[in-house]
Amino acid sequence: MADNNVKLQVKNLNFFYGNFHALKNINLDIAPRMVTAFIGPSGCGKSTLLRTFNRMYELYPGLRSEGEILLDGNNILGRDVDINLLRAKVGMVFQKPTPFPMSIYDNITFGVKLYEKLAKTEMDDRVEWALRKAALWDEVKDKLKQSGNSLSGGQQQRLCIARAVASRPEVLLLDEPTSALDPISTAHIEELIHELKEDYTIAIVTHNMQQAARVSDFTAYMYLGELVEFGETDNIFTAPKQKATEDYITGKFG
Amino acid sequence: MANSTLSESLNVQDRSGSSSTMNTSIYRRRRLVNAFNMGASTLTMAFGLFWLFWILFTLLQHGLSGINLQVFTQSTPPPGSQGGLANAIYGSLAMTISGTLIGTPIGILAGIYLAEFGQRGWLAPATRFINDILLSAPSIVIGLFVYEVYVVSVGHFSGWAGSLALALLVIPVVVRTTENMLRLVPNTLREAAAALGAPQWKITLYVTLRSAKAGVLTGILLAIARISGETAPLLFTALNNQFFNSNMNQPMANLPIVIFQFAMSPYEDWHTLAWTGALLITLSVLTLNILARWMGSQKTQSH
Ligand SMILES: Nc1ncnc2c1ncn2[C@@H]1O[C@H](COP(=O)(O)OP(=O)(O)OP(=O)(O)O)[C@@H](O)[C@H]1O
Ligand SMILES: [Mg+2]
Repeated sequence: MADNNVKLQVKNLNFFYGNFHALKNINLDIAPRMVTAFIGPSGCGKSTLLRTFNRMYELYPGLRSEGEILLDGNNILGRDVDINLLRAKVGMVFQKPTPFPMSIYDNITFGVKLYEKLAKTEMDDRVEWALRKAALWDEVKDKLKQSGNSLSGGQQQRLCIARAVASRPEVLLLDEPTSALDPISTAHIEELIHELKEDYTIAIVTHNMQQAARVSDFTAYMYLGELVEFGETDNIFTAPKQKATEDYITGKFG
Repeated sequence: MANSTLSESLNVQDRSGSSSTMNTSIYRRRRLVNAFNMGASTLTMAFGLFWLFWILFTLLQHGLSGINLQVFTQSTPPPGSQGGLANAIYGSLAMTISGTLIGTPIGILAGIYLAEFGQRGWLAPATRFINDILLSAPSIVIGLFVYEVYVVSVGHFSGWAGSLALALLVIPVVVRTTENMLRLVPNTLREAAAALGAPQWKITLYVTLRSAKAGVLTGILLAIARISGETAPLLFTALNNQFFNSNMNQPMANLPIVIFQFAMSPYEDWHTLAWTGALLITLSVLTLNILARWMGSQKTQSH
């Protein structure tokens, strides 16, 4: 039943913050091992949509979703879904770096330990692997015991990416992961996204058009809670079908 | 056309000129108000500190002379003979420590409940309300309460009863500080842990509580400082004991009540011991507060 070319299938998705209708009838297919970018003006619902993919909204009362999101054909919005297992499969990196108050090493192992039992050497290997993936290994390999808070903002963000990657999720959600970073760290992370694409399905929210054009294979343009246009990034950026999309991309609006 | 722009620009100059004189007058006024407020607050601070230092000075003056080894090795004497405060110091320590050990876990757990699980339902607001009442309840009421439910039912005063009363004083302080400190932890941190698939209890234990650790510990220290000088709740619970006693199931001596009893007596040497006891309590409260401050500042530095 699972379509091989769809990792996440969003079907008639509506989302409510109490009475506020934040997402309106979203339909969208996210392809496996591809990067899908979400763009649109502030407040259009990009983060809201991303946070339905791992049901992050469940942490707060009064928020609810309607419709279906199929992960490999299984509805993740269903009642009987184990949310913690879902989140182990669908990792997330946030706009602001959020290192845990523990050592760099423990930051990485925290998520791994939740669902895997690894011997010390295997764990060491995993930590190195994750930190290498996030282009952070060389900078921290001599201070793994130091607190994650002692790193710079850009390093902290890469630590958070390493942390998300370390537990080997299938899908990686990135909500403006580089908006607080300098150009060099941003470039690092964009390279990283290219690399991660080989193993993971990636959804990224960004306000940076060039970034969306650089890193993504598909792009979704959202406005006021609706999905205005969705398609291959090359098409969206060179020949958008909707006037609104074109205006936004060319900077006439937003 | 050119004329009108000229006059307009003149106008603007004129206006900006007048507004700049207005600004200086506002500025001067503000400086005056500032100077007045600074003066007033410095004075009030000096007024407050004056009494504080007077109290400390009196304590040192009367209490320091009484401090010697005997104070820590001998028990409270009958009037006219030699003695110390060993039994009272031991009793105070024992009851403060056990009261803290009983009250702290309950307080931390309740604080966690309020901060992390208390968004839905009526139980959390109700608990918070009751806790606030408990926080401001006179400690003598707590003492009477423990007397009614515990002392009367077992039939005698005891160290445990005193610990219980102190624990009841610790709980609301710890609940309040734990909740407040946990609330200061940004939600993004909880979300980051949840995003890895961590169950709620692991998020709370390893991420949230850890971030708030310094603040929670500060709250515990302040609670200890609060109970270490309490007299009223011990009056009806631990009572007093003239002899050295390490059995928590029997009446127990403690510094606040010994101070009270000795200070009210007509004997000179009892007075000296009372001053010494008061100095000891004050110094330990002072130490605890400084420690709490220091830990609080450590916390802000690490962020
Ligand atoms: N907790 C909340 N309660 C109520 N409304 C909310 C809440 N969070 C977001 N919204 C509303 O939902 C809409 C979508 O918000 P969302 O955060 O998804 O926007 P966004 O596209 O990510 O914007 P940005 O680019 O600024 O991050 C906005 O109108 C916002 O005001
Ligand atoms: Mg957003």
